[in-house]
Amino acid sequence: MAYFLQQLINGITLGATYGLIAIGYTMVYGIVGMINFAHGDIYMIGAFVSLVGFLLLGALGITWVPLACLLVLLFAVGFTAVYGWTVERVAYRPLRGSQRLAPLISAIGVSIVLQNFVQLGQGARVKPLPPMIDGSFELSSSGNFHVTISYLQIGIILLTVALMAGFTYMIRFTGLGRAQRAAEQDKTMAALIGVDVDRTISITFIIGAALAAVAGLMVTLYYGVIDFYIGFVVGIKAFTAAVLGGIGSLPGAMLGGMLIGLIEAFWSGYFSIEYKNVAAFAILVLVLIFRPTGLLGRPEIEKV
Amino acid sequence: MEGAVSKTSIVALLRDAGAAAIVAALLAFPLLGFRLVDSAQGLSLDTRLIWVVYAAAVVFAGRFLFSLARVLYEARPRAVARPKVAVPGRARYLVGIALIAVALLLPWLPFADRNIIDKATLILIYVMLGWGLNIVVGLAGLLDLGYVAFYAVGAYSYALLSQHFGLSFWICLPLAGLLAASFGVALGFPVLRLRGDYLAIVTLGFGEIVREVLINWGAVTGGPNGISGIQRPSFFGLPMVPASPDGATTFAQFFHLAFSPNHRIIFLYYLILALALATNLFTLRIRRLPIGRAWEALREDEIACRSLGLNPTMVKLSAFAIGATFAGFAGSFFATRQGFISPESFTFIESAIILAIVVLGGMGSQIGIVLAAFLLVGLPEWFRDLEQFRMLAFGAAMVLIMLWRPQGLLSHREPTLRLGGVKPLPVKEAGA
Amino acid sequence: MMVAPVLSVEHLTIRFGGLLAIDDLSFEAAPGDITALIGPNGAGKTTVFNCITGFYKPDVGRMTFRRESGESFLLERMDGFRIARAGVVRTFQNIRLFPGMSVIENLMVAQHVPLMRASLYSVAGFLRLRRYLDVEKQAIERARYWLDKTGLLDQADVPAGSLPYGAQRRLEIARAMCAGPSLLCLDEPAAGLNPRESLALNELLLSIRDEHGISILLIEHDMSVVMQISDRIVVLEQGRKISQGTPDEVRSDPEVIRAYLGVEDEETAVAVLQGQGARG
Repeated sequence: MAYFLQQLINGITLGATYGLIAIGYTMVYGIVGMINFAHGDIYMIGAFVSLVGFLLLGALGITWVPLACLLVLLFAVGFTAVYGWTVERVAYRPLRGSQRLAPLISAIGVSIVLQNFVQLGQGARVKPLPPMIDGSFELSSSGNFHVTISYLQIGIILLTVALMAGFTYMIRFTGLGRAQRAAEQDKTMAALIGVDVDRTISITFIIGAALAAVAGLMVTLYYGVIDFYIGFVVGIKAFTAAVLGGIGSLPGAMLGGMLIGLIEAFWSGYFSIEYKNVAAFAILVLVLIFRPTGLLGRPEIEKV
Repeated sequence: MEGAVSKTSIVALLRDAGAAAIVAALLAFPLLGFRLVDSAQGLSLDTRLIWVVYAAAVVFAGRFLFSLARVLYEARPRAVARPKVAVPGRARYLVGIALIAVALLLPWLPFADRNIIDKATLILIYVMLGWGLNIVVGLAGLLDLGYVAFYAVGAYSYALLSQHFGLSFWICLPLAGLLAASFGVALGFPVLRLRGDYLAIVTLGFGEIVREVLINWGAVTGGPNGISGIQRPSFFGLPMVPASPDGATTFAQFFHLAFSPNHRIIFLYYLILALALATNLFTLRIRRLPIGRAWEALREDEIACRSLGLNPTMVKLSAFAIGATFAGFAGSFFATRQGFISPESFTFIESAIILAIVVLGGMGSQIGIVLAAFLLVGLPEWFRDLEQFRMLAFGAAMVLIMLWRPQGLLSHREPTLRLGGVKPLPVKEAGA
Repeated sequence: MMVAPVLSVEHLTIRFGGLLAIDDLSFEAAPGDITALIGPNGAGKTTVFNCITGFYKPDVGRMTFRRESGESFLLERMDGFRIARAGVVRTFQNIRLFPGMSVIENLMVAQHVPLMRASLYSVAGFLRLRRYLDVEKQAIERARYWLDKTGLLDQADVPAGSLPYGAQRRLEIARAMCAGPSLLCLDEPAAGLNPRESLALNELLLSIRDEHGISILLIEHDMSVVMQISDRIVVLEQGRKISQGTPDEVRSDPEVIRAYLGVEDEETAVAVLQGQGARG
């Protein structure tokens, strides 16, 4: 039971980061109808920018951890958002309205460029960061097994919940959210009634990148090692999470992320670490076969 | 001409380039302006902000010149809009024949050294994979991001069959194709009813699963170390070695030649050329059969297909399986050529390259695929010295070609059948 | 009617979420007849088509299709493509051609099933055996016949998507005919046609019925088409059948007039139903 609880906590932490990245996939897919293949690499950029930010603050002498984390969060979100915006502006916008595969190929190209750019700029070696946030609560202990939840895990989960709540509010109740939903349904019509579609799409990419940056920061702190290649597998899993939850649905992305995180944690905890990705994908295939629109996706009536 | 670029428009262009430079500086600041250096004392930061200035300057100049060139180009006097001249079918046919002739003669051309033939072999592998994937993506319109999985199945099938059962290449080849096709059917059956983009992610996942199994199932696949010492191809039973260990006649002895390692290189080249051409002929012919037309119809409109009695699952499955078969063939060739395979060779980037070849080539254009394979695989090979920048340039080229020609390099589609009558024919009672 | 109906729909009901789209609808189509399904926008006509051709599965109800041979099929249990193979072929309100393929290719795809069989799942075709080539030639002849019928013969080799609107409508009918239907279901074939094209359509449909003996089920807003060529008419409103009968009977049914334009505008309604007014 204690072991189960520990895996649950680990899984939720992992799932929170997947969920944040998955939101970027799901929003972009919902509004532009493309798989933003480079999104995983935006997350990787976010992790690198966070790491640079921490070292920069260290050089400036700001070492009080809560302040440092807040500043790095702003630093990473800001600069990663520029990446998200630029990628859309340069590589996707000119291809809007051309054949379906063109933006996907462009996105794969962007992904390759970002990975190699970081590799060239920062070197291929794995970058370690010493743990900054120590300490944990002990939830229960039976014999010599302790169930703990670290401050960091609490921070990750709380921040994710706060961001999710903020987002749900934004999409439901603000003008931007309405513009997004309108553009999602029908871009031409949205433009006719005065929605600036280009701007809405740009903001969508900025938000997606910002959330990916938050996830990047979390992972940098949580695992303490990053390299230029981390975006690929995490990106695939986050997209899997988005599809699992029902693409286009924000709560779905979060739910999907949690599920993938939990599957991974429990699989590694109870079976073997080796086939954890196989397990995640197997679940995806099963869900899609029985619920092709994902767990929270709207069932789609085929328009004939 | 001079009037086209007025003072105001120059100012506008400069302002635009300035904006681009600011964005470039913002992009460069965190990741080029600082470099993470790990040393014994842990991670430290190396500041080199001058790089930010370089990046901004390069982007400023590039953006300005590009916009200026475009303004000049668009303002140039054009008397009449030139109608697009479609390359007639005959010309394309001749280009195809010429390409095949060059390919056949290549090993005998004076400049063709071992290096060039090796590179041509590599390009041909990608041409073959491109032609194979074209059946799935270009004709049937199914987005497959895990094509490399079938390539891996083919390669491992050959390696394992020849190692454990001592089967020759020519027996393993069809078996590898068959095994790859079975994988295609096994994967395709549950997932082919999914909509396009879901299919993409499932195939991508499948590719990763296959790789993960190859890495982790060490007992059979050799794990991350792969399989080495794979049987090299023989010329219909004649081994291409300096001297045969068991005393059998070697290729060189049989033809009374002095042994040369080039024999094998050239033989491999012709082998992949033959396999690739077979793939091409197969595609050209099957396009004109009902199944080929059904693939294209399915790409155009699945609902209309159903309303005409086509079973979409079977049509998709056949495309998927046939595409996988060719990947299996190419995989066994790859294994026999390298003599060594490992999961490293079957990463997602391979699938991405093959897909890029198909899409950049023009979705369904056979010659376009050759062109794209040459651009994406051939050119970077020649710049191997610039190793570090090679992949960066590769990714950038993918984006740029797509922006330049979203329809692909050659996007003309040749109908599979012509009735030919431009004028109405005399009315005939055909009895419907 | 003594002969068994080619299609009988019994108690058809389908819901989308809370919306009752079709409510206990029953009607029959006699073999060799043109049966029209009319009604105001949103009455559920296309939904009925989608049920008959297998795109939607009804919640309740039975749809029986009978061929001349006496074989009968329960359509609600069949996949869409099997329904088409059995002989119920449809067209679409918003034209669904294969736009990138040439006109003649569109018609060849429609003959996929017999061609596929003759090609022995591509083996005979691949080897270009006589038995396949003969069938292919017949298929081309059939396509040529229908191109001629629909006046598209001189456009056979252009991409279907580049045809003008009216020609695309005709091509869709030609394509459906090439699929060898016993019951042809046409979803607003006259929509967007000019009066001359409309007239040509009438002739085409009558010849399909009279010369080829094929039953037609028709959804149409254009009363000049419906009233002139239909043998029987079924009128739907909000998913329910409100009237049926010959054109004359339907035309004078007060219930239909009310449904069409509301009671206060009876004269216009009558004019529309006479096929004199603007299209519905």
